[in-house]
Amino acid sequence: MAKAPAPKSSSKKSASTRKKTSAPGKKAVVTSSSRVPKLPAYKRYKANKAELLELYEQMLLIRRFEEKAGQLYGLGLIGGFCHLYIGQEAVAVGLQSALDEDKDSVITGYRDHGHMLAYGIDPKVIMAELTGRAAGISKGKGGSMHMFSVEHKFYGGHGIVGAQVSLGTGLGFAHKYREDGGVCMAYFGDGAANQGQVYESFNMAELWKLPMVFVIENNQYAMGTSVNRSSAEDQLYRRGESFRIPGIQVNGMDLLEVRGAAEMALKWVRAGKGPILMELKTYRYRGHSMSDPAKYRSREEVQSMREKSDAIEQAKNELIKMGISEDELKEADKKIRKIVAEAADFAENSPEPDASELYTDVLVETY
Amino acid sequence: MPIELKMPALSPTMEEGTLAKWLVKEGDTVSSGDILAEIETDKATMEFEAVDEGEITQILVPEGTDEVKVGTVIAMLAGEDEEVGDTDSTAVPAPAPSEAETAPTEPVTVASPPPPVSRANDPAVPEGTEMVSITVREALRDGMAEEMRRDDRVFVMGEEVAEYQGAYKVTQGLLDEFGPKRVIDTPITEYGFAGVGAGAAMGGLRPIIEFMTFNFAMQAIDHIINSAAKTNYMSGGQMRCPIVFRGPNGAASRVAAQHSQNYGPWYASVPGLIVIAPYDAADAKGLMKAAIRTEDPVVFLENELLYGRSFDIPDLDDHVLPIGKARIMREGSDVTIVSYSIGVGLALEAADALAGEGIDAEIIDLRTLRPLDTETVLASLKKTNRMVVAEEGWPTCSIASEIIAIAMEQGFDDLDAPVLRVTDEDVPLPYAANLEKDALLSTPQIIEAAKKVCYK
Repeated sequence: MAKAPAPKSSSKKSASTRKKTSAPGKKAVVTSSSRVPKLPAYKRYKANKAELLELYEQMLLIRRFEEKAGQLYGLGLIGGFCHLYIGQEAVAVGLQSALDEDKDSVITGYRDHGHMLAYGIDPKVIMAELTGRAAGISKGKGGSMHMFSVEHKFYGGHGIVGAQVSLGTGLGFAHKYREDGGVCMAYFGDGAANQGQVYESFNMAELWKLPMVFVIENNQYAMGTSVNRSSAEDQLYRRGESFRIPGIQVNGMDLLEVRGAAEMALKWVRAGKGPILMELKTYRYRGHSMSDPAKYRSREEVQSMREKSDAIEQAKNELIKMGISEDELKEADKKIRKIVAEAADFAENSPEPDASELYTDVLVETY
Repeated sequence: MPIELKMPALSPTMEEGTLAKWLVKEGDTVSSGDILAEIETDKATMEFEAVDEGEITQILVPEGTDEVKVGTVIAMLAGEDEEVGDTDSTAVPAPAPSEAETAPTEPVTVASPPPPVSRANDPAVPEGTEMVSITVREALRDGMAEEMRRDDRVFVMGEEVAEYQGAYKVTQGLLDEFGPKRVIDTPITEYGFAGVGAGAAMGGLRPIIEFMTFNFAMQAIDHIINSAAKTNYMSGGQMRCPIVFRGPNGAASRVAAQHSQNYGPWYASVPGLIVIAPYDAADAKGLMKAAIRTEDPVVFLENELLYGRSFDIPDLDDHVLPIGKARIMREGSDVTIVSYSIGVGLALEAADALAGEGIDAEIIDLRTLRPLDTETVLASLKKTNRMVVAEEGWPTCSIASEIIAIAMEQGFDDLDAPVLRVTDEDVPLPYAANLEKDALLSTPQIIEAAKKVCYK
């Protein structure tokens, strides 16, 4: 079992990179081969107490929200597929806190609740979408996997594995076309990293120097298949090398390291140097979806990750070191629980869509 | 024996071309591989090489001659051991080849454009509008160019659309006018660039995504359906995907099974998509402009065999047609023939033949396959009480099937005979010229079906 506070993996290679990426302070950046541009070193982000508390609360909101979603699923209030983000909170919060909300766009796959919450989208309308209610962000017509907020430049929420990478490249294309200074952050998982369209998109993104941050959230398992069983090159940050896209591997269980890496990546892309690939090594504590028999990994493995590498616990400990009081932490916890309880109440009690909604929004115009 | 040098076919669908320039003159000796002439088609200019060695004894078609039919003898070559005088007997140019001679390179079903027939006017075009003749290819290009001038969010992306000027020359000249920012060559990567286009549309742009043919769009169909068509609905109307996916669809000529397929019924089955399949140049332009302007995703199905055909088109500054409206191409009272795309030309031919036999056929061009203009179809059925659907595509789960279902569900009392469908054969398209001809929709089949529903 892994001892270092980083995602566990049975790969020896990742054990060695873990050493490099988990030490605090200035790092030797793990970059790709010599044909690929060298990335500058980055530092773990230095947050002050107020900043860290805010990010901690965002992560906690995702954790509690997802726990509640799991409960509502168990009660039959949420149907279909429901993919929880529990364990991966530091990735969305660390990365998105570095974005410029007025300019930058985000797109992800079906495990999307956390990204939306990290974007400050009202938990009520997200939860109401999960329960399929009219007040949901997609009027109850999208569900867990298909949520969007054009207002927040959050472009989904896509159910087809890997599709968001090409779509995100299109968002990056639009940023460049309009010269609006924006960057698109396109998230995908270690499973999607094996989809052909990802590489088609890498090729065009680098060829046209599109402002893209490609983010692989490597939670180690594509449904039940581990990275090692599915990937010839399991160091996924190297997957852009044949397109000369530089990659970095980041400990996705360390909020401030994620944030530090994100700042470097965004600076690189905003300077017009083309796309960058970030591999965030993370871990999901829950199943792939709610209906996951979890036969592919041991209970001990999951338990060990939770105990030793949890990003929320780590942030909490740092806050304590910074001198936050027990009361302040309790207050934060209480506040989050209240927000989530209200979201759940709202989602349970708001009405289902009107039957006439069945026929709306198929087309925009009338012919 | 002197050797006849004939006008070469430079592409599967070439019927004629311009002899742009001779690079040799009478009396020159040429050897194998020498460039003899430059031949221009509507798609490209190509060099014509000598295969045999010998002396050019006669040039029969001067340079600058347009509309030289494929197979026409353009020059005579005397082999090295021949007397130059031998060629005297062939001083008169060979007659242009007959239809039968060109058959191997052209499917007979589409060998010639239908003669002008009494056509009903398009109600969308004001009466008295001046008409000009242009090809479908030019009409599509003009439609795109006009919209690109009007809206700087519109751009064209696809394989060979820019520097090569389009694999079928539909985007000819766009790069010169709009530059590489808006006319973008992609790698051969349909799935990827269809997704990039859909994402750019979600991000506020107006992409026109060209597929070199719709056969290759099967690699990208996930983005057309899952990303483009469903986005507005799944987002409760807050995220749109205004995009045009366009390119040639259906059988071309002798390119066999993997390159010859009509995807009209596939896309027309998908809610959230607009599917357009025009026949003539006026519709190609007017509907292309409408497709670019609409907020909804559009699949725009062109036809390679129609690209080079010329039609009259209204000379208007801004010719935009309504999406979802069929057009009565010919008014008639005895039987309704419903078709779209290339089938419309065959239906018009059939109508002329039927008129000779005392059957007055009404021809409907659907123009838009989704949403279908059922109103126009049912109104015509009410008038004629008999219907045939002619479709260049497979019969099963086709547009024809759909029209028949609609006729039965909503027009049952108007029917005096079962509705018949005339389609391609239910097989992958074969390569052999005779088999290909047998597999494709043809005018005689339409005539036969029309007579059958008229009990004649």
